Amino acid sequence: MKKTLDTFAVGERGVVTAVAGEGRVRRRLFDMGVTPGAEVMLRKRAPLGDPVEVSIRGYELTLRKAEAAAVMTEVEA
Amino acid sequence: MIRFALAGNPNSGKTTLFNNLTGATAHVGNWPGVTVEKREGVYKKCAEPIAIVDLPGIYSLSPYTPEEVIARNYILDEKPDLIVNIVDATNLERNLYLTTQILETDVPMVVALNMMDALEKNGDKIDAHVLEDLLAVPVVPISALREKGLKELMDRAYVACKRRRDGVSVLGSSRLASVINDVQKLLRDAGVPSPLFHAIKLVENDEIEVKDHPEAHKVVESYKAGFDDDVFGNDFEAIVADERYKYISSHFSKALVKKSGEKHALTRSDKADKVLTHRIWGIPIFAVIMFAVFHLTFAEDFLYLGAMGALKGEWVSLAGKWGEGIFGSSDGISSPGVILFNLLDSITASISDAIATGMEGTTSAWAQGLVVDGIFGGLFAVLSFLPQILVLFMFFSILEDTGYMARVAFILDRIFRRFGLSGRAFMPMIMGFGCSIPAMVNTRTLADDKERTATIRVIPFFSCGAKLPILVAIAGAIAQMFGSSADAITFGMYVLGIVVAIISVLVMRNTTMRGETPPFIMELPAYHAPQAKALGLHLWDKTKHFIKKAFTIILVSTIAIWLFSHFTWGWKYVPDEQMDVSILAGLGQFIQPLFTPLGFGSQLGAAGWVFAVAAITGLIAKENVIGTFGTLAACLVAGFEADEALEGVDSVQAMIAATGISTAGLISFIAFNMTTIPCFAAVATAKAELGSSKVFRSTLVFWLIVSYIVGTVVYLVGEWWWTVFIFLAAAAGAIAGIVMYNKKRDAAKLAPAAAAGEGSSPRGSESADDAPADKSESAADPAEDAACDSDGASDAESAEQAPGREEEEK
Repeated sequence: MKKTLDTFAVGERGVVTAVAGEGRVRRRLFDMGVTPGAEVMLRKRAPLGDPVEVSIRGYELTLRKAEAAAVMTEVEA
Repeated sequence: MIRFALAGNPNSGKTTLFNNLTGATAHVGNWPGVTVEKREGVYKKCAEPIAIVDLPGIYSLSPYTPEEVIARNYILDEKPDLIVNIVDATNLERNLYLTTQILETDVPMVVALNMMDALEKNGDKIDAHVLEDLLAVPVVPISALREKGLKELMDRAYVACKRRRDGVSVLGSSRLASVINDVQKLLRDAGVPSPLFHAIKLVENDEIEVKDHPEAHKVVESYKAGFDDDVFGNDFEAIVADERYKYISSHFSKALVKKSGEKHALTRSDKADKVLTHRIWGIPIFAVIMFAVFHLTFAEDFLYLGAMGALKGEWVSLAGKWGEGIFGSSDGISSPGVILFNLLDSITASISDAIATGMEGTTSAWAQGLVVDGIFGGLFAVLSFLPQILVLFMFFSILEDTGYMARVAFILDRIFRRFGLSGRAFMPMIMGFGCSIPAMVNTRTLADDKERTATIRVIPFFSCGAKLPILVAIAGAIAQMFGSSADAITFGMYVLGIVVAIISVLVMRNTTMRGETPPFIMELPAYHAPQAKALGLHLWDKTKHFIKKAFTIILVSTIAIWLFSHFTWGWKYVPDEQMDVSILAGLGQFIQPLFTPLGFGSQLGAAGWVFAVAAITGLIAKENVIGTFGTLAACLVAGFEADEALEGVDSVQAMIAATGISTAGLISFIAFNMTTIPCFAAVATAKAELGSSKVFRSTLVFWLIVSYIVGTVVYLVGEWWWTVFIFLAAAAGAIAGIVMYNKKRDAAKLAPAAAAGEGSSPRGSESADDAPADKSESAADPAEDAACDSDGASDAESAEQAPGREEEEK
């Protein structure tokens, strides 16, 4: 099932298939290891609901929902 | 001299390694991006001395933040003899991503595999030999913290730096191999050093490279036109990143042996994190931690035992006679910070007493005055605050070192975004509580220029260590004379500073510093226990810095203040009783009326000029404000009362008695000094960091206007509470004005944009991504001036000050 990262429930896992958009934010996401094939898990949401914390490539990364929305994933149904 | 550069991901232990190699005491923290400037030291345990350069931490060699540009330029332009690439073994994949890029340059390199001990604790293992074979450069396991493997690292590095190395790439057999080869050949023929690196960056459409090599970029474009991958199309940027990570996970993971049973049990870090970033409790916990820090540092009535009536005087006899003043009074036990303060205070007081007695009758009156009041009065008034500054720094260092501060950025990002900033701006702001200078430098971790400018401007509002004496002395004096609690006033003033900062940022982001909310993509480092050694070094560094400052710039200032206050324009000595005919008094009386609306101007009468002078001397160093009190109060009060040097709190009390200043006036005085132009060292840093002198000039005007307005509002509302309504109304008016102006402006902006056919979504086409940045750049400048000339923006600030003040009174 295709899903963007911002719609994940806490604890949900998926595999990154693509990163949408252009420019520096996308470049940064690539540099931080958010590339196709990477396994990603939503660890938690911040107290005010945004940003979110994800586990990717063995470390913890935080990003906003707006940025997470650009991350396309494949989730096992 | 041979030069080695340390490069690696943020938070991978570079600074710890740097300190251990060079014996330096650079600040180490558990926050990605503590090192933002390159630093140099010397390693002496090799055949010849080696200069070591600590570069800021980077994730990639593509330029995203100013600090990443610094590191990249250093590697490519300054051509170090070798790069020591520090790789965090607990985070192998992402760290090797940078390694694969450094490999593409022609610079010799070694890989230092750090934090092996932490990895092995988890039961995992990395085979350094396998990694070495794969990378074809030396790989040395080290523990930067426990200083293991450093000698071997440097010995192998020394050998490696003498050999030539040609760049190699993990993309050699990828889909892009042919385009990379062609571009590389083109660049090599043109004599470009590290052609492979530049070729790949060109393929990635790197903004800097495209500008530098337009010819080669055309080659890339022609390839792109005929390229079609099933997954990525001709998106070379995505393919390069994908290939790198694919290569890393398929090849290098061989070197990593994971403990059987993939799932680790919840680590201590996870458990702590669950509580500290809890959905409901996260923010209250943060508030409690902050309050506890201030309470431990400043409270006169620690744990509120006195207020609860738990003591009733019995403990005083318990503590013994000599302990009464130091450990507290019948009103309550002192907090650890206050105990240290009292200890030092009693020592300095007996020193100045001894000197005063020793000099009595043996020297002339003015020499005695210069030494006792001028030098020791001012110096001790400042020095006595060192313990509390250190205690506060210690708590902040511990919080940062454990990794909690990074979580605070995560917790607070949502709030920061409301003001048009990212959670990342939190770090420089918190650092501002220590000192504005490193805080302003740290803004280089912010990717967005406007966010940087706005952050630099509000950093001084986060009251720094040098402003602490002003706060503590005046709050202490108020507490003793009017009976309120010193830590509540201190905490309240910090809150006021934060409120002013928030309002200023809001106003700026809606007027002169418009722009999209910057992105927030940040690593959250694992928690770890604070390191006593690093903490000790950091505190020692601070102490040295503070004492050095006290004996240089502050000493000179206090002597100058004493001289100018005891000599007339005709350079004739005047005794303490006639100080009001001195040069300084003359100057002070001249500017005194300026401060009347702020409550410490003409209404204070004959001795009131001291406040005006103190505020001015604060522009040299903020410690001078209390230093000035120390020097002048001793003289002023000496005429009426005792003949001894007075310190900190006492000198403020003396000034209050001499001038009859109201509490509102005093608080306004603190507020003014907290928000006005910072000390000149910070001003110089701001000038350097802001780049354009135009932005810098408007920043100075901004600080002056804000402090004047804040002081006025605090004083007026404190004195006549109903003025709150006037300010609230003015605020409402200003907000409405800004909102309406922005609506109009947006409408005007949208029209041509729509005509040009640009997407309005923030992540639209490439042109939409770049265009707004350029446009707002040019739009910002006229708006900038407007803000300084008219009071539109600042009115809103003044007005919104009122709620902040109300909170503080409660």
